[in-house]
Amino acid sequence: MSQDNKQTQGPQTTGHAWDGDLQEYNNPVPNWWLYAFYISVASAVIYWFMYPAWPIGGSYTKGFDTITYVNDKGITKTTHWNTRALLMAETNEAVAAQKPYYTKVASLPFEQITKDPELNSFVVSAGKQLFSDNCAPCHQQGGAGKIGFAPNLTDDDWLYGGDFTHIQQTITGGRHGYMPPFADVLTDVQVSQLADYVLSLSKIAVNPASAQAGDALFHSETAACYYCHGADAKGRQIIGSANLTDKIWLWANVPGSDTIAGKEDAVKNVIRTGLNKGVMPTWQDRLSADQIKLLTVYVHELGGGK
Amino acid sequence: MNTGIEQPIKLYEKRLPVVTRSVKGRFRNFKSAILVLAYSIYFMLPWIPWQRHDGMSQAVMFDMVGRRFFIFDLVVYPQNVFWLALLLFISAIILFFATSLIGRAFCGYFCFQTLWTDLFIWIERFIQGERPARLRLLKQPWNAEKILKIGSTHVLWVLVAFWTGMTFVLYFGYAPDLLHRFFIGQAAYAAYAGALGLTLTTYIAAGFMREQICAYVCPYGRFQSVMYDPETLAVAYDVRRGEGEKGRIAPKGELKTREVRLQQGHGDCIDCGFCVQVCPAGIDIRDGLQYRCISCGLCIDACNNIMDSMGYPRGLIRYDSEENLASPSPKAPYIEWRRWKIAGYLLAIIGMSSGLIYSINQRTDFEHSVQQIRQPLFVMLSSGEIRNRYQIRLTNKSDRDVTYSISAKDLPPGALDLGEMQNVLVHSGKSVIVQASVKLQPEQAEKYEHFEFSIQSLNNPADRAVEAANFYSEKAAL
Repeated sequence: MSQDNKQTQGPQTTGHAWDGDLQEYNNPVPNWWLYAFYISVASAVIYWFMYPAWPIGGSYTKGFDTITYVNDKGITKTTHWNTRALLMAETNEAVAAQKPYYTKVASLPFEQITKDPELNSFVVSAGKQLFSDNCAPCHQQGGAGKIGFAPNLTDDDWLYGGDFTHIQQTITGGRHGYMPPFADVLTDVQVSQLADYVLSLSKIAVNPASAQAGDALFHSETAACYYCHGADAKGRQIIGSANLTDKIWLWANVPGSDTIAGKEDAVKNVIRTGLNKGVMPTWQDRLSADQIKLLTVYVHELGGGK
Repeated sequence: MNTGIEQPIKLYEKRLPVVTRSVKGRFRNFKSAILVLAYSIYFMLPWIPWQRHDGMSQAVMFDMVGRRFFIFDLVVYPQNVFWLALLLFISAIILFFATSLIGRAFCGYFCFQTLWTDLFIWIERFIQGERPARLRLLKQPWNAEKILKIGSTHVLWVLVAFWTGMTFVLYFGYAPDLLHRFFIGQAAYAAYAGALGLTLTTYIAAGFMREQICAYVCPYGRFQSVMYDPETLAVAYDVRRGEGEKGRIAPKGELKTREVRLQQGHGDCIDCGFCVQVCPAGIDIRDGLQYRCISCGLCIDACNNIMDSMGYPRGLIRYDSEENLASPSPKAPYIEWRRWKIAGYLLAIIGMSSGLIYSINQRTDFEHSVQQIRQPLFVMLSSGEIRNRYQIRLTNKSDRDVTYSISAKDLPPGALDLGEMQNVLVHSGKSVIVQASVKLQPEQAEKYEHFEFSIQSLNNPADRAVEAANFYSEKAAL
């Protein structure tokens, strides 16, 4: 039926003719499309009234819609709707959802936290985030550390102590390791002897005579290494001096060299120039006490905690 | 003026209303039975109570917040998405299987579009009367009678549409409670959006769009043709019998008896048009198999009734195959099973169904994963020992709290350190992360490069899982 109509009427043109016979179809868009267009125009107008829209000089129309959030100083603010405030409002919700866990972490002693499976799971996931944001730049992702740069937090060697209390102290107040340079005090031979002694403590096969001489130097008043590292060379956690008898190296890259000479050079370099770079910043001003406590448990759980 | 201009193709065609006549018969009864059965299941299911440990006392419930589906005694978690994939696959194959045997049986009898359209047409007829009365009502100017009849039809449609949408929403919460909260304005936003959305789509699709959904919207309606074979049974008009040599003709005068019609070269079709009037798709089946036909069989009922009243044999319109209809010696319509395609579909259905059943039977009440911590992959301890660390995630899928015990097979004693977590209590529906570490002497590392974690429910000894793990050291890593 409709087809019959079409045949008699023929297609519509705009009615204009150029060059005698050049005509143009009149193909209006379908009505449903047209109405959808009108509706979208109308909703754009509604949008102007609801949300920030038109710039006016240095300002803009703010819209009627409002949004309420609590800012980082704890003050509740109501403002015109904008995406930044929306982010704040959503952050408020997320923080509120974490709150019961944080409260529990804050109130319980450390040992209790590690015993509670669900709380422990929270520490693992929330701690990972905190660690990645704050600690990973130096200690690397996962706390693996880097020889010559930042200590490995996943082994069992701790310069300043690896129990909960000491880890918490380290994060809160920061640390600053120091070893004086010995280049002016000791001769090259003496530095070599000391290096051999230090390597022999870690069961690395070096010239025994040289190591023996180093042993004497270590405990002598000339070099006076034992002042800080202790007579047994196991270090003193109270000042953060390294344990020289274990197999862990932080500043001298001994594992990185395959030859004995290379290992000696690494140790000699540290003895000559000393150390003034073991600096860990203080975090008490950047993180809340609760966050530090959570990080303490997280770092402890990284595998090295005592 | 318009010479030389071709006729452009119109992209939009105005719908001609399809006003169907009701019909009685075998296929109508079958359709009604399916409708009653399907509606009983759909509308009643959310109201069946079911006893569970954690109080989710509804036989079928989709708990979106808890991310689990309760289907009678089965609890389905997002991890079981594989089951859904299998189920969809099986459904698709069953659809193809049925279609190549008996045509669009799904469209005609089971599809929700067909069911709801059927119900809406029934309401229309209940209020406005049979087809002639409805046609008259359509044409007459708007007066009190028309407003009342059309208005009340739409009110009923909206009510049915709303209850359809509401019922759907009730699957997602405890029905009595959710219904109460819905009406006092305290249900979740999604409940209102869901109910409103489905009310609208039901009202529009079953009230207005009807056969247009099948013709223009539904993909299955359009790709059915690739599943049809010459052997496929479909609703068909027997052209040879109906038209004869000189075509169909109305039974005027002496053309009432079959013998006379045959003598004069006319077929059995008396051109009463009932098959067209009862068709919900608005087509004429006598034009042959066409994409708009949803294969509902109502024209068969209509034609059979006419044949009965004329005293002619039934089956002028019937389920038959293209092959049989064209055959010089047609047999009685039969389902042709002996086709490779059918065997293939059957094999796929059996294989996939047994896979699904096996997988559901083999499910454990907990989900686990063992992940090697890779940063760092291994670490040397001050004693020179090597340590690897693992993160074990346990999800308790059962409806009660369970304690799990974790151990490592074959490792030397003392190598595995689980901290305080040898036995872990996991609450119902929750997950926990357990940090495990394994410590070995460097010379042992190679021997224990591959070992297994064993996770065991202490509440149910049958519920256990073994997970392979690797131990990395400098040597093994190279």
